[in-house]
Amino acid sequence: MKPEEIISPANKVYSRPRLLTEVNMHYCPGCSHGVVHRIIAELIDEMGLEDKTVGIAPVGCAVFAYNYIDIDWIEAAHGRAPAVASAVKRLNPGNMVFTYQGDGDLAAIGTAETIHAANRGENIAIIFVNNAIYGMTGGQMAPTTLEGQKTATTPYGRRVDLNGYPLKISDLLAQLDGTCLVTRQSVHTPVAVRKAKAAIRKAFENSMAGKGTSVVEIVGTCSSGWKMTPDQSNKWMEQNMFPHYPLGDLKNL
Amino acid sequence: MNEEVKLMKGNEAIAHAAIRYGADGYFGYPITPQSEILETLEALMPWESTGMVVLQAESEVAAINMVYGGASAGKAVMTSSSSPGISLKQEGISYIAAAELPALIVNCMRGGPGLGTIQPSQSDYFQATKGGGHGDYHMIVLAPSTVQEMADFVGLGFDLSFKYRTPSMILADGIVGQMMEKVVLPPARPRRTDEEVRRQCPWASTGKHGRGKRNVVTSLEMDSVEMEKNNKRFQETYRLIEQNEVRFEERFMDDAEYVIVAFGTVARICLKAIEDAREQGLKIGLLRPITLWPFPYAEIERLSSRVKGIMVVELNAGQMTEDVRLAVEGRVPVCHFGRFGGIVPNPTEILEAFGKNFLKDK
Repeated sequence: MKPEEIISPANKVYSRPRLLTEVNMHYCPGCSHGVVHRIIAELIDEMGLEDKTVGIAPVGCAVFAYNYIDIDWIEAAHGRAPAVASAVKRLNPGNMVFTYQGDGDLAAIGTAETIHAANRGENIAIIFVNNAIYGMTGGQMAPTTLEGQKTATTPYGRRVDLNGYPLKISDLLAQLDGTCLVTRQSVHTPVAVRKAKAAIRKAFENSMAGKGTSVVEIVGTCSSGWKMTPDQSNKWMEQNMFPHYPLGDLKNL
Repeated sequence: MNEEVKLMKGNEAIAHAAIRYGADGYFGYPITPQSEILETLEALMPWESTGMVVLQAESEVAAINMVYGGASAGKAVMTSSSSPGISLKQEGISYIAAAELPALIVNCMRGGPGLGTIQPSQSDYFQATKGGGHGDYHMIVLAPSTVQEMADFVGLGFDLSFKYRTPSMILADGIVGQMMEKVVLPPARPRRTDEEVRRQCPWASTGKHGRGKRNVVTSLEMDSVEMEKNNKRFQETYRLIEQNEVRFEERFMDDAEYVIVAFGTVARICLKAIEDAREQGLKIGLLRPITLWPFPYAEIERLSSRVKGIMVVELNAGQMTEDVRLAVEGRVPVCHFGRFGGIVPNPTEILEAFGKNFLKDK
């Protein structure tokens, strides 16, 4: 069979989601953000939420999320996405409101906004991509950087006596009465992608149903920041990230 | 609700006026001397009547970012605080200005710097009128001198901020926030419907609602050429505001040989001083800037060619005095009399200062 015969609409099993714009992403090869964006774009279309969704973009690598997913967006100041989202959802309760945040945005500069939005039980979904590093600014230590992990600001590895411990913020958020779903997922294998998609679907459903705050942590890779190939990054993540940030539901009411 | 005459604090008047204006949301954090705004709103429970959202945030930083979010959705949203809290809001105010959003911010000034005092002050004049946060931007700054103006400027501040898509600030001092006075509260009007919001604010992030094209509210622009264009557009708006929105009040100016320039409640103390002076035959007039930005440069320039001297009285070390001097350009002497750190002058010491500066030969 010739390739031309195989490439036909009837055989098409995979294509660009309708709500993913035809813009080249700025993400590095091997980065997890592209897959997470794709999942979100698919879900908003599948759930019929295009007209109701407002996404809140962070400061960090995902700052340009609004260029890639074809929905209404608000670009927040660094760490403030949960505060922005709280107001948007309260003022327009019919909206599906989600934040998309990295580890520095959510668990360092935005810790207060994250904890208090979740503690108020704001009816928002928080998509939290944890790759244990500041990607956008060139690979500095994040609150979630592992002990011993080398970054631009921990060139000899993170020392807990100097820099404290890698922050398990999702475990903390699961303790709050305002959260209804706190789960940790990844997107490095097809099985993981399907599980992550199911988790984000539940988070979006919770926002619409007014059940409280949902947090979906995606343990992801940063090949550029980690200075590894995409394949090495996935292996390093499995061997080093997953033991400290184990996958699965921390809370699912 | 019809128009009503009430006796209340300036802070309470702001809360009542916000509900009656049809504001969609208020996001605040307690700080003296303005906590009555949040307290009054929580007591009035407008979410039961008009549907207005009221929320006590975890910090001033969160509160201003809630305002950023609400404004991004085209809603009429506001926050209030006092000086140290307003410093915390500066990042958010810069983002609101850069994203060209309407919003109302109330600053009930207390003495600084630092944690300072809870007593009244006007020492945030520079911060309010020259930017405050990072970048080249302005807010429309309204300075109330009465409880009535506290109420009136809520509507005016919102209207101007929607007209020009730029934040407005009510720059009140602690006196007018805490002082009780008669106030005529405006008749209540309904909040805009979702359809009206989308029609008035076609740029707002509300969900696409069949719009087809997505709306993105952002202050980020990586292309410097585009960012310069954005800045030029902001500046064009500011020039338009300067042309159209300068507001001030003049008293005893017809025959004035000297002028006192003062804003807020200080202007009321100065008015008493001027009345006392006129009994002694001293022809002093009062110019009270109502908009501190845009500032009445042109009016002060006109005055400076027909009076012998100008004294600026303010609860700071001479911040508005710099703007008056810019307008006067050395044509007549300009002096400053200020008390700060929470001290409010009385008419007698204002007149003494006037005499020391302008009546040395008498």
